[in-house]
Amino acid sequence: MRTNKVVPYLFLLPALAILALGLMVPLYNAVLLSFYDWNFGQPWSAARPLGFANFERLWNDPVVWRSVRTTFVFGFWVVTLEMLIGVSMALLLEKAVRGATFFRTIFVMPLMIAPVVVGLIWRYLLDARNGIVNFYLLQIGEAVPVLQNFGFKAHTWLGDPTLAMVSIIVSDVWQWTPFVFMIVLAGLQGLPGDVMEAAYIDGASWWRMTWHIKLPMLRNILLIALLMRVIDVFRALEVIFVMTGGGPGSSTRVLSLTLFQTAFTSRDLGYASTIALLLSVILIVFSLVLLLFSNPLKDKADF
Amino acid sequence: MAGTLDRAVDDRPRRRIPWGDISRYAALIVFTLITLAPVYVMFATSFKELVDIQSRVPRWIFMPTLTNYETIITQYRFLPYLISSAVIGLGSTAITLLTAGMAAFALARMRFPGRGLIAQTTLVIRMIPPAVLAVTVIGFWIAWGIGDLVPGIRFTLPEGLGRGNFLDGSQLGLMLFYTALNLPFSIWLLFGFIKQIPVELEEAAIVDGANLLQVLFRVIFPLMGAGFAVSAIFTFRIAWNEFILALMLTNRFTKTLPVFAAEFIRDDGVQWGQMMAVGTLIVIPPMLITFFAARQIIQGVAAGAVKG
Repeated sequence: MRTNKVVPYLFLLPALAILALGLMVPLYNAVLLSFYDWNFGQPWSAARPLGFANFERLWNDPVVWRSVRTTFVFGFWVVTLEMLIGVSMALLLEKAVRGATFFRTIFVMPLMIAPVVVGLIWRYLLDARNGIVNFYLLQIGEAVPVLQNFGFKAHTWLGDPTLAMVSIIVSDVWQWTPFVFMIVLAGLQGLPGDVMEAAYIDGASWWRMTWHIKLPMLRNILLIALLMRVIDVFRALEVIFVMTGGGPGSSTRVLSLTLFQTAFTSRDLGYASTIALLLSVILIVFSLVLLLFSNPLKDKADF
Repeated sequence: MAGTLDRAVDDRPRRRIPWGDISRYAALIVFTLITLAPVYVMFATSFKELVDIQSRVPRWIFMPTLTNYETIITQYRFLPYLISSAVIGLGSTAITLLTAGMAAFALARMRFPGRGLIAQTTLVIRMIPPAVLAVTVIGFWIAWGIGDLVPGIRFTLPEGLGRGNFLDGSQLGLMLFYTALNLPFSIWLLFGFIKQIPVELEEAAIVDGANLLQVLFRVIFPLMGAGFAVSAIFTFRIAWNEFILALMLTNRFTKTLPVFAAEFIRDDGVQWGQMMAVGTLIVIPPMLITFFAARQIIQGVAAGAVKG
């Protein structure tokens, strides 16, 4: 379309202004503040330039690296379980079933629920005194005493370091497995029918078709789903904030929670910005990798 | 594809026990129960009296009551927070659709220097988490008030948009952030939709004397209902559900519902019934959207995954 030179920028202006103010300015602030000692609530005139001291502190800070490790533990289990369950569900339900619309609607639901509410629900389910989970574990344990040795008894779910980690993993798997399921299902339904039919006629078993044909053809989709979940793990904060607040001790304090607490509990905005920078760099790197596999510009020939 | 496969399956000898179908439905039912049970528990608890909540044996059958809802509406500032949430949710959705639509139009239909750069940058910065945004702007926000996001650059809002008013600076700020968080996805989604519209329509309109704004608003936007629907669902979902930014940026007049809900967390004597009532009320709009637009949500998730 032939236009005046300025016109395209005018159309882009509102969106770019919002992106600049809403995303670029905070990034710029993170870089700027990481060179300062500045506390929450102080006027800007009280800020003290520190040089690279915040970065040195970050490098040597056991709290930060422990929370990075916690994020990896949480992320490893969450992503592994969600991929396994989500992919199995998609393979199982690939064939059209009666009532597909109904089931599809049900599985979309967790994705739409506010993370805060997910946290509140699981806090209630896992409550040591009133929680339903403990009640039924106890019931089963009383009915079949042998099972008591296998954990069928009351637990203080959110009060024990290991169980608190298990709890936040369970709530995340509950909410996000449908996301993996939907992406993989869309991928499966986009596979070329003639290849599948040829393999079927050649007598390939369901297992061989899945393992040797479908999953390899879905490699890109699986990688994208995996990367998007990994990125979300680093962004995740709300459910953990509501369920455990990082505790007991620091057992569930993931990196984004350490960031939050440095800023608003220790009120150390300068150092918090340094952590924010670390988190942003991690996420930008993941986004770049994600772009290699799913670039909206790639399949548009004219870009 | 499904048709041909089904025919192949049908050629097999009949009257075998359909183990495949049985296991498929069994799995579906298990997954459905696991998905629904926690939501049902919240819903049921919100209609329970305290005795029913505190009984040692979970009561699946009970006398429903509206006490919890009455309490949160009459004894807390629930309604102002609901309005705040609605204004922020609908406001950021409207701004996102308008600005993303315009940007997508420029990227899809015009060529200009910097086009690729703008597109790439948008895609790279889209994953910045709300926690980072909150931490890096809050200091300046508290020190100087809204509009002062960058050190050294100050601009004041017109009278009437100050703190504590109906459309408060903190609400405008949240709309700004929620819009920014959603713009990259929305621009790319709408970009795809505009690409599918034949250019001839626009050329005809221009021959008839329409200017570009008229082309956009009268020709393109009316054809993008589906794209706008998907984009609106995802923007509203973020704006309605987001907690961390809202927690840090709102004041006692402008809290959103998730911030209000989190206030029910206490170390002792948690009012589970009231907490679950607030949770249920927060969940209702997204649930309604799910029932009417599950297809669009799946389309959006798939588009986000396959196209960026």
